[in-house]
Amino acid sequence: MTANANARRAAVAGARSEGLVTKTLYVLRRWPLLPIFILLLVTVAATFAPLLARHDPLLGKLFNERIPPVWHAEGSTEFLLGTDPLGRDILSRIIFGAQVSLKLAGAVLAVGTVVGTLVGLIAGWYGGLADEILMRLAELNFAVPFVLVALASAVVFGSSFGLMVILLSIYSWAAFARQIRAETLRLKSADYVALARVAGASVPRMLYRHILPGVVNTVVVLMTLNIGQLILAEAGLSFLGVGIPGPTPAWGSMVADGRDYISENYWIALLPGLAIFFVVYAMNFVGDWLRDRWDPRLRQL
Amino acid sequence: MIRFLIRRFLLGLFVMWFATIVVFSLSRAAGDPRYLFVSEYSTQEQWDEWGVRFGLDRPYPIQYLIWLSRAVRFNFGESIYFNDEPKEIIGERWLATAQLALGAYLFAMIIGVPLGVWSAIARGSALDLIARSVALVGQAMPGFWLGIMLILLFSVQLNLLPTSGIGGWKHYVLPAITLGWFPAAGILRLIRSSMLDTLDSEYVKFARAKGVSSRKIIWKHAFRNSAIVPMTYAGVLLAFFITGAVVTETVFFWPGLGRLSVQAVFNTDFPMLGALVLLFTATFLVVNLAIDMLYRVIDPRIRIN
Repeated sequence: MTANANARRAAVAGARSEGLVTKTLYVLRRWPLLPIFILLLVTVAATFAPLLARHDPLLGKLFNERIPPVWHAEGSTEFLLGTDPLGRDILSRIIFGAQVSLKLAGAVLAVGTVVGTLVGLIAGWYGGLADEILMRLAELNFAVPFVLVALASAVVFGSSFGLMVILLSIYSWAAFARQIRAETLRLKSADYVALARVAGASVPRMLYRHILPGVVNTVVVLMTLNIGQLILAEAGLSFLGVGIPGPTPAWGSMVADGRDYISENYWIALLPGLAIFFVVYAMNFVGDWLRDRWDPRLRQL
Repeated sequence: MIRFLIRRFLLGLFVMWFATIVVFSLSRAAGDPRYLFVSEYSTQEQWDEWGVRFGLDRPYPIQYLIWLSRAVRFNFGESIYFNDEPKEIIGERWLATAQLALGAYLFAMIIGVPLGVWSAIARGSALDLIARSVALVGQAMPGFWLGIMLILLFSVQLNLLPTSGIGGWKHYVLPAITLGWFPAAGILRLIRSSMLDTLDSEYVKFARAKGVSSRKIIWKHAFRNSAIVPMTYAGVLLAFFITGAVVTETVFFWPGLGRLSVQAVFNTDFPMLGALVLLFTATFLVVNLAIDMLYRVIDPRIRIN
């Protein structure tokens, strides 16, 4: 039905479009080309970081501190985006920072998606007490201030990549559980599920063969919508000084490095922040786009 | 209604109990609090005496019960950093955070509501495109970075507004925008999608068929129905304000509860941190309950469920 509506809209738009500009605009509106390009760029940068970065992201050179980017008169082509207060190349650090961000988001999403989907399926399928307990647990996430618990855990246990994965997984699973539960409730009463039950299918089989395929779209849409949130949360914690521990380049802590130099050396804080912004923007855009195509019921999100 | 209230009250108690477990476990995982007082002149007798005085010689469950019995009387012990009771310090600081949140909320409504309505009315137009871009940009900007960039633009370059601290109205502008930008985007999107739904509904079509002016349809029929939508968002908003205040207050050196929390964490000031976590949790529960009840009064459809 959606495909039909899209086709009809396309036909109408096609009839109206006259110039090349309109056509280009139409393609741009239909396919999120710019966001896809940004995401490809970041993925390539993250994958081939050691090949692409021209400088060591961890070691700075003495007397190279706070060199402006290349578009300034005092800038040099050796450090295209300038250097930070410790004389490290900002471009190289942004490239390696992409790797850190994507690794973390990937690890957290893997845990959050699996746990959240399982909980949602179980809560939705069994209902009753299991549902009540699991959903109240999901609500705890909202009520207890996550940022303070994360800050305190980082100080108590020492910040590390592993701790960040654990904390952000705890933060992310609940959104999946809530939505998947609602979807499961809806699918549970479908005729084909009732037929499977009559045919004697076991509960795991029904969940796996009959419910799960019906919620996969929702899961994928939620994943894309969540990556941006995760990157923002990680950046926020790194900015506060409890995220990925230094000297590992994390975009959030790079912004924090530039904060005290904002009046004279604005680029140190500006550029890593732009990196965060573009990635999150692209991810959210693709997420919205996928949701509208695959799962319009989630539009309220 | 009574059953609803009882249920919510019990659930709220459960959440608060969970929060106390988290706070207590973290404070004990941080190590023996006696190490904070110990000096090179301390003796073993003093150590043992402190143990008895603070109940540290007992097993953890007993310690937890002692701590809990004091916490329910708002006694969290003395703040290690401020040498004062946490409730006194919180009493001095909460107003700054409340003012900041109010400013951010006003900013979010002023930006979000009109843009949301306009973009729904003029769907597909240039204005709609701009409004949706504002929403996407707002939801993608990290708050701390936005704050720093606002300082760069308005304080360093244009020299119009102060960089940090609290004072006259000028001090509120940048922090409120920083904290309000993300909710503004959220409200904009909610209002837009709700207005689109209502404008497409049967009763609006009927009003149109009757010949009601489109201005009246938009403001009297559609907007009045959509205006309550941001209320459902209020719970999310509050959770966001608590997180956002921590970051925003750090950027602007704002003397509120958010910065106090960060200080408490880095000073391993667990009496203070515990008080703050429980305060935030309780605030969240109370405000959410109030919103839900108000919502039941305003929208009778919910009462049926």
